[in-house]
Amino acid sequence: MLYREAGQFKSSYASDQAIFPIRQDKIGIALILVVALLVVPFVASNYVLNSILVPFLVFSTAAIGLNIVTGYCGQVSLGTGGFMACGAFFAFKLTTAFPDIHIILIFLLAGFGTALVGIVFGLPSLRIKGFYLAIATLAAQFFLIWMFTQNPWWTNYNPAGVITAPPRALFGDFYITGVRATPVGKYLFLVCFVTILALVAKNLVRSALGRAWMAIRDMDIAAEIMGIRPMMAKLSAFAVSSFFIGISGALWAFIYTASVEALAFEVTRSFQVLFMIIIGGLGSILGSFLGAAFIVLLPILLNSAPAMVGIRMSTELLTHLEFMIFGALIVFFLIVEPQGLARLWQIGKEKLRRWPFPY
Amino acid sequence: MKTKALLTAAAGAAVLATSLWSPEPAAAEGEQFVPGLQYRSGPYAPSGIPFANGFADYLTMLNARDGGINGVRIHYDECDTAYNNDRGVECYERLKDAGPSEPAAWNPLSTGITYALIERVAQDEAPLISMGYGRADASDGRVFPWVFTLPATYWAGADAIIQYIEEQEGTLEGKDIALVYHDSAYGREPIATLERLAEQEGYNLHTFAVAHPGLEQQATWRQIGRQLRPDWTVMWGWGVMNSTAIQTAASVGYPMDRFIGIWWSGSEPDVRPAGSDARGYKSLGFHAPGADFPAIQDIVTHVYDEGEGFGEREAIGEVLYNRGLMNAVFVSEAIRTAQARFGERPLTGEETRWGIENLHITDERWDELGLGGFAREIRITCEDHEGGGSAFVQQWDGESWEIVSDWIQPRNDELRPAYEASAAQYAEQNGIELRDCDAEE
Repeated sequence: MLYREAGQFKSSYASDQAIFPIRQDKIGIALILVVALLVVPFVASNYVLNSILVPFLVFSTAAIGLNIVTGYCGQVSLGTGGFMACGAFFAFKLTTAFPDIHIILIFLLAGFGTALVGIVFGLPSLRIKGFYLAIATLAAQFFLIWMFTQNPWWTNYNPAGVITAPPRALFGDFYITGVRATPVGKYLFLVCFVTILALVAKNLVRSALGRAWMAIRDMDIAAEIMGIRPMMAKLSAFAVSSFFIGISGALWAFIYTASVEALAFEVTRSFQVLFMIIIGGLGSILGSFLGAAFIVLLPILLNSAPAMVGIRMSTELLTHLEFMIFGALIVFFLIVEPQGLARLWQIGKEKLRRWPFPY
Repeated sequence: MKTKALLTAAAGAAVLATSLWSPEPAAAEGEQFVPGLQYRSGPYAPSGIPFANGFADYLTMLNARDGGINGVRIHYDECDTAYNNDRGVECYERLKDAGPSEPAAWNPLSTGITYALIERVAQDEAPLISMGYGRADASDGRVFPWVFTLPATYWAGADAIIQYIEEQEGTLEGKDIALVYHDSAYGREPIATLERLAEQEGYNLHTFAVAHPGLEQQATWRQIGRQLRPDWTVMWGWGVMNSTAIQTAASVGYPMDRFIGIWWSGSEPDVRPAGSDARGYKSLGFHAPGADFPAIQDIVTHVYDEGEGFGEREAIGEVLYNRGLMNAVFVSEAIRTAQARFGERPLTGEETRWGIENLHITDERWDELGLGGFAREIRITCEDHEGGGSAFVQQWDGESWEIVSDWIQPRNDELRPAYEASAAQYAEQNGIELRDCDAEE
């Protein structure tokens, strides 16, 4: 009833190809952005900002990146953690060597650097597919982490191999990293930055390049016959994907934890992001956000839920319960909707359009 | 039908989400909040559980026996970090505002989490005690006003181990020393010191990184035991890595009495799995093992006999249990010191920080606490946030830990400039102005 597009006529190609062709969707996304920018900063506690929303936004960026190469282009990658580490360490080296370069530029440069690394490690994808490619990208994961732990140059010779984000301001006195950064400032910066990145990603996957990726994913031989060059398509997917993942790594190190060692980007991080896009929905930008929300928020929610409803239990039991319920929920969602939460949302939308008279 | 189920699920999620929005403190006013960042799950739980129990039991005992500290009851709440840095940060943020008062001091029991919290505690004005772990250069209180490394840093530990080996060998010239370390911020911390000493003393240092969590060490030990055969092996291990290392070392026939662990690699759970093979294994320590102290007996009578204990009765007095207890003593004594100046009430983070900075536990004070001979005198000042640094060597005889050396005083005249140089670099990178200690009372 509310969600019905009757009477919304498209009179130009541009309006027909809009990201959100239906008016209700436009209103919805605008509402979400208004709430995220104007309401949340005043309502949410520092805990919610720092430990829930900031990691959620950082992980969303990583999930978007992995979704481009795995979800859109069909190339399984297990190197996410390594690429995140690249972004983090590149950004650290750049900003300590050139303190005058603006921090946003640093993040973008770190992203471009990671894109180059991504291209190099994407080369095997031209010859191998599927599980074999997954193993090849796993090599990237281990090599990159090894490089960052073994060469003290990357950490400016810190004895413990830890990098600490130096204070950097967005403009004037508005710090987004370091001691003087406030949770609200970090959050607002991230919302804007990640929104722009998501917009870029969304438009990329709707472009000729994105369609080439999807053609390769669906059947590479057919795509090649139609005139899509697999090398260009695959390597560009690896490059763009690594760009996003690199930025997310830099955001992780600079804005979320503020100090990081290469161990934070171990192979478990790669799996974590892979689970996000599988649960969120392969080949969906919205799915990247939903998956990140599921994997980041749910364990925390499960862990703090008993205390919130006033049940006291030992920390041990609580953590083990968290593992059990979280695991069960992953299995549950994969059985109920193997195509991810994004598909679930799509089904919900279909139902809403016909509500209250389904047929 | 499906829509209905979906809507119900969405509504349920929304309810949970809104309750998450406003965490409510569940404690009475007038209590002093002590947060616990512990880990009772994951691969480091064998080390984390006894520590967490010792910490919590001592505070429970103070509440039960004395009604808190000078009548101010302690409210203890813990969160499980699983020794995971980002989870540790989340726990920190969760507990930060969840207590009845400002948190007294943070004790993350993880070098990685310590690194992640250093800037946060400076911003939130809460003290951080990294007891025998963390950033060694944080001993310079002028750069790190909120961080404390008492009673010893890893650099001091490395120095003490080398001194001990030198005492056993006579000279270190041309000797081979291997370092087996956890490949993380924690394990890498001593390398710079060991390298510096290698140059000075003339021994050859060989480093072997063990990847998290440390269950796979066959290749490492085959190389150490069969090929390299170093004169001494030093270990910076934690959790399951310790017991795996000792078992694997035994299986390649490496002599246990030439194998020394840092103080985090010398507890009962580390040596017991290797059985009699572990006999002779050594480690550093900075407090006595065992339960023969009046304060620990008070824990038995006031806490365990009442059924309030956190752990098993048999585990009382284990090395890591006592370590957790020592950490709790530091926190409670800091609160007591601060109360003497600011009044007997729940304190702010700033006030407890003053308490830690003016902490002075003399031998008599250890006696009064019912812990005579438990540890050495400790004195923290504005410049020196380490306050001592000495350690001893203990040896596992198959049944219990025996102290086999005198107190070893690290060469602070060399370590101190290293702390200050490293801290100065941090200060410069982060734009921190040095605190003038003479200007403060």
